[in-house]
Amino acid sequence: MATFKRVGLRALPFVASYLIVLGLMNAGVINDYVFSIIVTICVNIILASSLNLVTGFTGQFSLGHAGFMAVGAYTCALICINLGPVVGEVPAFLIGMFAGALAAAVIGTLVGLPTLRLRGDYLAIATLGMAEIIRVVMLNLHITNGAAGLSGIPQVVDWNWVFLFTALTLVVLWNYIRSSQGRRAIAVREDEIAAEAIGVNTTAAKVQAFTIGAFFAGIGGGLYASYFFLIKPDQFGFLKSIDILVIVVLGGLGSLSGTVIAAILLAIVSTVLAEFSDVRMIIYSLVLVLIMIFRPGGLMGSREISDTILGRVFKRGKATEGAL
Amino acid sequence: MSLLNVSKLTRNFGGLTAVFEASLHIDKGELIGLIGPNGAGKTTLFNVLTGVYPPSSGTIELEIDGHVTSLGGKSPHRICAAGVGRTFQNIRLFKDLTVLENVAIALQQNVPYNLFAALFHLPPYGASERRIAEESRQLLDRVGLGAKAGDLARNLSYGEQRHLEIARALATKPSLLLLDEPAAGMNPAETAELTGLIAQLREEFGLTILLIEHDMSLVMKICERIYVLDHGIVIASGTPSEVRNNPKVIEAYLGEEVPRA
Repeated sequence: MATFKRVGLRALPFVASYLIVLGLMNAGVINDYVFSIIVTICVNIILASSLNLVTGFTGQFSLGHAGFMAVGAYTCALICINLGPVVGEVPAFLIGMFAGALAAAVIGTLVGLPTLRLRGDYLAIATLGMAEIIRVVMLNLHITNGAAGLSGIPQVVDWNWVFLFTALTLVVLWNYIRSSQGRRAIAVREDEIAAEAIGVNTTAAKVQAFTIGAFFAGIGGGLYASYFFLIKPDQFGFLKSIDILVIVVLGGLGSLSGTVIAAILLAIVSTVLAEFSDVRMIIYSLVLVLIMIFRPGGLMGSREISDTILGRVFKRGKATEGAL
Repeated sequence: MSLLNVSKLTRNFGGLTAVFEASLHIDKGELIGLIGPNGAGKTTLFNVLTGVYPPSSGTIELEIDGHVTSLGGKSPHRICAAGVGRTFQNIRLFKDLTVLENVAIALQQNVPYNLFAALFHLPPYGASERRIAEESRQLLDRVGLGAKAGDLARNLSYGEQRHLEIARALATKPSLLLLDEPAAGMNPAETAELTGLIAQLREEFGLTILLIEHDMSLVMKICERIYVLDHGIVIASGTPSEVRNNPKVIEAYLGEEVPRA
């Protein structure tokens, strides 16, 4: 009974946001433009929360998340375009999503294995290089259509799919962090030497978290490709990686709810500023600087919504119950 | 019955020899002290034994139930899995995690469920998590930290943090426990309490303990044998009274007598 109640409480924000968007769409309040912003937010949530697993929870600095996104996007797009007419658009989309995420995960493992054995910021440089290599490969391959990119990707994605994949990502990452495996990753962040001394294979823990992060970045990329139906290599450059990192740091390293809040907040800020195109980037940067001055740990620090007063009001039960 | 056999262990850092041809022999169930002046190489020896640094030469053998494992050059988590637990001189807790989580992480050497179950919280997950939490609480109760399970490790007092390190090391189910200055920074009353706790834990968990300590009241009281290290060399070993009266030890600690002119 208690478990059902807890699961129900956790599901509440998901169900609510799903129904609200659905209702507003049917009521005509959300037009295509607003919906594209919502999709951008969701894709950013997927990318940033998967990066948060690597950087915020495992403590490994990665600068190439857009590279994994690109792998997911191109794989999904190519499968959708080529397989779509054969097996139908929706099955092709699902196969593409899975294959894209898997491809990103494989590349993540390959990059992670040699660099994550080391302590320090080697991963940052390696991922930076990897993302550039991926971008340049996409730019020069025949199959990816070079700088013009891929267009005419069947637009399968609607609100149901966007919601499903975003919710799935958040739930799975949340579960991972609250598992044996996830706690080992957190131990690595806290103190690598101590983690080793109590039997944590730190290299394996880091590679595992990094691979899972890459997998979900691939999911984000696939979703992006399917909704915006046009992808080009320059969308997955260094600046995209930085954009994702900004969301993670702004929301708080080690806070999934912080990432969600930051992704929404930044989308709102940049939408509002779209009208003032001259000073847009100045104000956007200023907002970032100010938030970092007043909340150096990010909006949520390493806490989750459920740790705050808001969460306690909802919970009502004993806070220490099964405190793990 | 021997548990740990260290033979001619040497560790160099560039031109500096921190430990030189140290040989130790520890029987199962013994409580051994490792003493020596500051900079004698005690912690380096611990770090080599636990795999933080590989040995430059020499062998380390751990014998459990007649099964001999060579530890030299293995990574720390392997050595931990082989049955060697440790605490740190400069306390290395997971400071931003709760006291309970600190112990829980150490309890998962063999993760009880696979990644798939972890990602979707499938059946083995719930039961295993409850068992881990339960075991963690028992260990915390044992070292007197049961009431602090939900606190962040950084908010514990110094003495409590040392106790938590011991609980965390016990969670790895070691056969050999290495304690690096467990009483450092404690007042005499706390040291006496810790001395009693170490002796009790040894009985309860069937531990063999090797401890570095500067507090001679603790060392002389509970250690059955003592190794004395100076400039990386084992200069003496024996029972507390033998070591106390050994001229080499006195010299290492107090310096040699100046002959009167």
